[in-house]
Amino acid sequence: MNGTITLAHGAGGRAMRELIDTLFVGGYGNDLLAALEDQARLELDALVARGDRLAFTTDSYVVDPLFFPGGDIGKLAITGTVNDLAVGGARPLFLSCGMILEEGLPLDTLRRVVASMKATADEAGVQIVTGDTKVVHRGAADKLFINTAGIGVIPAGVDIRAARARPGDRILVNGWVGDHGAAIVDARGELALDNPVETDCQPLGGLVEAMLAACPDIHCLRDATRGGIAGVLNEFATASGCALHIEETAVPIRDTVRGVCEILGLDPLYLANEGKLVAIVAPEDAEPVLEAMRAHPAGRDAAIIGEVTESPAGSVILHTGFGGERIVDLLVGEQLPRIC
Amino acid sequence: MKFVDEFRDPDKARALIREIETLLPEIPRSDERPLQIMEFCGGHTHTIFRYGLEQMLPGAIELVHGPGCPVCVLPMGRVDDCVALAERPEVIFTTFGDAMRVPGSKKSLLQAKAEGADVRMVYSPLDALALARANPDREVIFFALGFETTMPSTALTVLAAEREGIDNFSLFCNHITTVPTIKAILDSPDMRIDAFLAPGHVSMVVGEAPFRFVAENYGKPIVITGFEPLDILQSLWMVIRQLAEGRCEVENQYRRIVPPEGNSAGLEAVAKVFELREFFEWRGLGSIDHSGVRMREEYVRFDAERKFPVPSLKIADPRSCQCGEVLKGVIRPWECKVYGRQCTPQTPMGALMVSSEGACAAYYQYGRLAVEAQRGQAG
Repeated sequence: MNGTITLAHGAGGRAMRELIDTLFVGGYGNDLLAALEDQARLELDALVARGDRLAFTTDSYVVDPLFFPGGDIGKLAITGTVNDLAVGGARPLFLSCGMILEEGLPLDTLRRVVASMKATADEAGVQIVTGDTKVVHRGAADKLFINTAGIGVIPAGVDIRAARARPGDRILVNGWVGDHGAAIVDARGELALDNPVETDCQPLGGLVEAMLAACPDIHCLRDATRGGIAGVLNEFATASGCALHIEETAVPIRDTVRGVCEILGLDPLYLANEGKLVAIVAPEDAEPVLEAMRAHPAGRDAAIIGEVTESPAGSVILHTGFGGERIVDLLVGEQLPRIC
Repeated sequence: MKFVDEFRDPDKARALIREIETLLPEIPRSDERPLQIMEFCGGHTHTIFRYGLEQMLPGAIELVHGPGCPVCVLPMGRVDDCVALAERPEVIFTTFGDAMRVPGSKKSLLQAKAEGADVRMVYSPLDALALARANPDREVIFFALGFETTMPSTALTVLAAEREGIDNFSLFCNHITTVPTIKAILDSPDMRIDAFLAPGHVSMVVGEAPFRFVAENYGKPIVITGFEPLDILQSLWMVIRQLAEGRCEVENQYRRIVPPEGNSAGLEAVAKVFELREFFEWRGLGSIDHSGVRMREEYVRFDAERKFPVPSLKIADPRSCQCGEVLKGVIRPWECKVYGRQCTPQTPMGALMVSSEGACAAYYQYGRLAVEAQRGQAG
């Protein structure tokens, strides 16, 4: 099946049937999808055995370019939704996948994306069990948009919420910050760097499981995607009414990422990540959780980056390596390169 | 990171601050008010806030954040002209990123883009010229903005366009000049500034000589300053040493980048393409004589203002806005009547809230700690 996507692939007829059968059902390869009913049917007993609450989330993926160093839109569409489940303490299990294709998209591009989704889903231990495909006129979408929704199960006793940060708690991150944002800037070809940065796009379900095994009472956990770790830290500060103090020198940032930020006048704390989480745990749990994180491949470069205090309430304070302090606020809009 | 971390060494910072503290009592003073030192350049303001420098300094030093953010001081009428140019169907309007968000009287370039104008972010005027080359059926306009720092690259791009015979490229020229603006601040009756940090990258182009009048005619020490936090601390130490020793001259802290004579090739290109305007309108400061440049008659075909009709309406700053007083150090940003209430980074009324280099936006975003500390001291 060479060639390109045409409006016929979304028209409900033979071309669409063939696309679904060969590309999606063949590509994702599982019995729940292959049944080809209008809905996936999930056994309740198997879910109940894993915990006492369902976690349910959705996210859409519109990244440009579709392929970038270390990842692609397909990998992102799996990890993004899996990670949103995982940081609630849920074991991610099932995903849906809606695709909006622009007329003219090379079939081979779609095939590569589907293969990447399958590989990432296998790595994350989830199945794509239901889906939808639409084709729109050329210009009505940019090549390929993906929406995934996901279901997971939260084990009894786990209670992870942004409001649970308490004075004295420690703040942890699972590795290098800002890689994805820098990789996307670089992949747009505007900088032509000699040492390209790779995205950190990775599923975090396994890491979270390992962290929960070391400490079932993790207070806060979120993945730091758009808005960077600065965004997540502000969410924790606002929800808990506490102050979050971050040691600038403790935050793991690669030299190449710092370099990109230096050139463009960007702040790495605000750069997007796709495989990074920020955790807040009680002080006595900090070392065991850090150890568990470092023992897992997705947390090898984990670090304790700060501490929670009472005041100034609702703020994130960065203690700069230079010896000063400043507030890390939410961005007003998109981060834009500075003129001089 | 090599060649960066050396300029951010906290031990050296502490040592410099101790030196400053030792020198301060030696400065002859007639009153108790803090020493006011103005950093002219928005890049310096950014560094000061980013590294939390202000709280590290002794309370006897007050930094006044000057008008050197070209994005902030652009009057609303000029932004409206940009939008009008960008909305022409044949135009690809190119700009540096942080100019996209500056509000005009009706909308910003970002809003115009959302409504369908072809506005593109570039990193260099040469990127804009490349777009003109690649799109011969479109008109590419580059939003030329900035002080002397960015002038040479714009001038050289115009010269390249001329050499290659590219006629679908033009500039919307909003370049502004440093010296007349510093002079306007020095001449203002409510000015109380004791010393200046001169802009490093402007000096890299113009050299040391243009700043001599500050020391010679106005009796204020001035130090050409780099952009790393240690650069700024060292320069503060240098102006304070001048004050303590009763000296008053132009010193160059940023010698690793700034040659005393400036960049003659850059200046030559600038002189070839641009000439001084009689006056230029600044947001917050009003009209200042000779503070802007326009394109010379020989290059008029590259001048978007003359190639296309622009509305050129003068839009007055809101009356309640006190940017001018903040810029001159008469009041601190949070003492302005509208700061943090009607005027925030989401809804900026005045120039200084517009870009992260503007003093008010910087306080709002990074500096609340400093504000609280100083309010505490005052109360």
